[in-house]
Amino acid sequence: MNPIQSTVFMALQTNDDTRPIIEALQRDNPAAVVHRLPAMVKIDAPGRLVLRRSTVEEILGTAWDLQAINLNLISLSGNVDETEDEMVLHWNR
Amino acid sequence: MSVEIRVASIDPIRQTFARTSRRFGADKPASRYQEASFDLQPRDNFHYRPVWDPERDIYDSRRTAICMRDWDDFRDPRQYYYATYVLNRARMQETAEKSFEFVERHGLLATLSAGQVHQVEALLLPFRHLEWAANLNNCFITAYCFGSSMAQGAMYNTTDRLGIAQYLSRIGLLLDGNSGRSLIAAKERWLGDPAWQGLRRLAEHSLVRKDWFEIFVAQNLVLDSLVHPVMYARLHTELDAPGAAYLAMLTEFMKDWYGENVKWVDACLKIAAAESADNRAQLSAWAAEWKGRAIEALDPLVRLIDSGDGPQRLEAAVAALDLRMTRLGLDPA
Amino acid sequence: MNNTHTGQAGKKLSLKEKYALMTRGLGWDTSYEPMDKVFDQLGLEGIRIHDWDKWEDPFRLTMDAYWKYQAEKERKLYAVLDAFQQNNGHLNISDARYVNTLKLFFTGITPAEYNAHRLFAMLGRQFPGPGAAIACQMQAVDELRHVQTQIHSISQYNKYFNGLHDHSVMNDRLWYLSVPKSFFEDAISSGPFEQIIAISFALEYLLTNLVFMPFMSGAAYNGDMATVTFGFSSQSDEARHMTLGLECIKFVLEQDPGNVEIIQRYLDKWFWRGYKVLGLVSMMLDYMLPRKVMSWKEAWEIYFVQNGGSLFNDLSRYGLRMPRHWEQSVAEAEHLSHQTWNSFYNFSDAAAFHVWLPSDEDMAWLSEKYPNTFDQHYRPRIEHYRRLQAEGKRYYNPSLPMLCQTCQIPLIFTEGDDPTRTSHRETEHEGEKYHFCSDGCQEVFEQQPDKYVSAWLPAHQILQGNCFAPDADPQAAGFQAEAEVMRYFHVNPGQDNMDYEGSQDEANWRLWKGLSPDGASKAPPAA
Repeated sequence: MNPIQSTVFMALQTNDDTRPIIEALQRDNPAAVVHRLPAMVKIDAPGRLVLRRSTVEEILGTAWDLQAINLNLISLSGNVDETEDEMVLHWNR
Repeated sequence: MSVEIRVASIDPIRQTFARTSRRFGADKPASRYQEASFDLQPRDNFHYRPVWDPERDIYDSRRTAICMRDWDDFRDPRQYYYATYVLNRARMQETAEKSFEFVERHGLLATLSAGQVHQVEALLLPFRHLEWAANLNNCFITAYCFGSSMAQGAMYNTTDRLGIAQYLSRIGLLLDGNSGRSLIAAKERWLGDPAWQGLRRLAEHSLVRKDWFEIFVAQNLVLDSLVHPVMYARLHTELDAPGAAYLAMLTEFMKDWYGENVKWVDACLKIAAAESADNRAQLSAWAAEWKGRAIEALDPLVRLIDSGDGPQRLEAAVAALDLRMTRLGLDPA
Repeated sequence: MNNTHTGQAGKKLSLKEKYALMTRGLGWDTSYEPMDKVFDQLGLEGIRIHDWDKWEDPFRLTMDAYWKYQAEKERKLYAVLDAFQQNNGHLNISDARYVNTLKLFFTGITPAEYNAHRLFAMLGRQFPGPGAAIACQMQAVDELRHVQTQIHSISQYNKYFNGLHDHSVMNDRLWYLSVPKSFFEDAISSGPFEQIIAISFALEYLLTNLVFMPFMSGAAYNGDMATVTFGFSSQSDEARHMTLGLECIKFVLEQDPGNVEIIQRYLDKWFWRGYKVLGLVSMMLDYMLPRKVMSWKEAWEIYFVQNGGSLFNDLSRYGLRMPRHWEQSVAEAEHLSHQTWNSFYNFSDAAAFHVWLPSDEDMAWLSEKYPNTFDQHYRPRIEHYRRLQAEGKRYYNPSLPMLCQTCQIPLIFTEGDDPTRTSHRETEHEGEKYHFCSDGCQEVFEQQPDKYVSAWLPAHQILQGNCFAPDADPQAAGFQAEAEVMRYFHVNPGQDNMDYEGSQDEANWRLWKGLSPDGASKAPPAA
């Protein structure tokens, strides 16, 4: 075992499609840290990060298909659990 | 914002990549299809022999009996590269999606008679397994063929077959109210119904062949040319029965796909046949062998077609295949 | 209306249920031909899979959704590429030196993506479970996408800069490109499970972030709109591929306890193989980006130590540990880019891109990022080269270097505890002596010596006379061996390589940008 804190992350392109996604991630994951890099936003969280469709829809004011995350996702780390309602990144321990 | 284009002093120092120049000429800009499709596969100086085929190189033209001086000669008349391919399929799927939504929203498959439902269950849904075999066969060609232009065409064919298998599955789900029962029943037919066993045996036999060009002939020329015109095309001509038009809508994708895919298949065969008498003889021999088997395998199935003209339809498809082979420079046996 | 089939809208299916129904049932257990003949590569490695239905589909994309989303990506990407070409977007980059990172990428990485396309097609055919096979098939077509979008993005640069003109031939022949070429051929020549662990897990999951994240941010920082766009668009597929890598390793580990030992061996090997290839990226980050984003050391810390650490924390429940020698990779992060760039500076008359010495600002950045090593070991050497250049005695290394039998990098690296001593290992196999750059590479060799003795080592091949074009005649009077080797590489000496200063690339850049043609080449201001 190594002593490293297990962080999950999601990296998204910087554009108008991802603005509500990032906002939703911040709202639903108070421990998340947002890094704004050239052309890219990286969101780190200790152990677990959840993206909820309902939160994005609330911010957007319209329906949003979670699979549309595919268009703007750059990278991620952690186990992925995806349903039509949420996408969860987590480490199991 | 000001856009500053200083045209006068900015001349390109070359028009395209060297491999594209060597193939298509150096003095004009190349198309995106030309730049993206040819001479991409590694050719020289392989480091290791593959553990899965230690007698040959990683990419090796000797994985087929067909010989070509120029393995990148297989040009796709559709000029598909990834972007044009997915844009085209996205348009086709949008139409298909609307059809499926429309039929589902209005419960339109309820208008099918019991006989029609039975025909779909017994003679359409099990083809999802044949399409899966077709997917694996074209994936084999993508993996082990020689040259990037052949691999590219086979790759798109691979994903197309998965798409078709999944559209067939959705027709089943529309029929069984999303329970999946119709798909289980279709698989049981595929595995156990005597009428389907000839075709399954043929499919399994194709899956253990090792010459990728033989697989191309067996799957993309012979089987497709007998299955599609007989089993799918009839859904687009017999529109009198109630509900028949809805089945035509739900299989529109397959019909359009087949009409388009034939262009690529024919181009590949024509180029290989024109290369040498040996190629012609080999392709003709494969086609004859697989045609005989395919007719035998399809015979019990076409007899189940409720309009009663299945055998005649198969005969017509065989005649059309013979004609097509002649046109491609092959010998119909 | 019949009574067993309502044809009415049924219950709503979840994404997972819908995907399973449309996909999982497609395959069947063959009976007219035995399964082990239909899927005949599964027994090559001793990996045991008991139940392919236990495969968890990471992203449940049906083909129709795939076409829809990928078409959307392509529409966006090609709109940018069209605009880039129409507006001579290549003039907006920070400095023409930047294009040399693209040359390395295009000749080293793009052909690797092509190999990945074919490798995943092999897996798409070889795995008997439709879930696993389909995930691999989608990756096979994605990788073809990456090859082609890279070609179309670089197309514009190729029209205006040298060294990008013949990437496929160069990858097969040019000496330093045997490093990524042999890496991918090592993977593709392996059995299916090693193939997927090597590429999906070790490369995609553990290491690919090192290539794309800092490099693409670097492209953004240096005004390269085309590369940022294709890079991030490719990455949206990579996110799927990385998830495939993680699902795959968990699946194999959960299937049989006996698999753990084999997988650990694969991980040890492929971590080290991958790390060695990434040396090229270290040099891109620290020396080649005119405006720098992060150092190699920082990138390795974030994307390997932190992410990789989290990952192996998670995988430890299966009995896996961090790959062998990972600590060494961390210690070497202080040296890797400096030693790699130094070698290319010395051998740049035989490469296909330009080099240069770091400016004063660059060196200030390097000493800030590498306080423990740069000023002590590497600044003096660069200052020495500067003096030589000022005296008109620019140093090129005229010899052929000794290559590591495994990673094929010249023996340019030093011992971990002594940066003044070259790291050199050797071993004997069947009466022949073989040389290595590191313990890791020696161990990889010793696991499969019969495989690695067959490696096509460029330095040896040149000396044996195997690197001449078919029409070259070494017996002819006045035969110029070095020029003939460059012709075999498809490299135009002087035009594609050597110093950026004084190159055609520099002269054109000055012309297009309206800079004075004779003024000293000036690095862009630090960002």
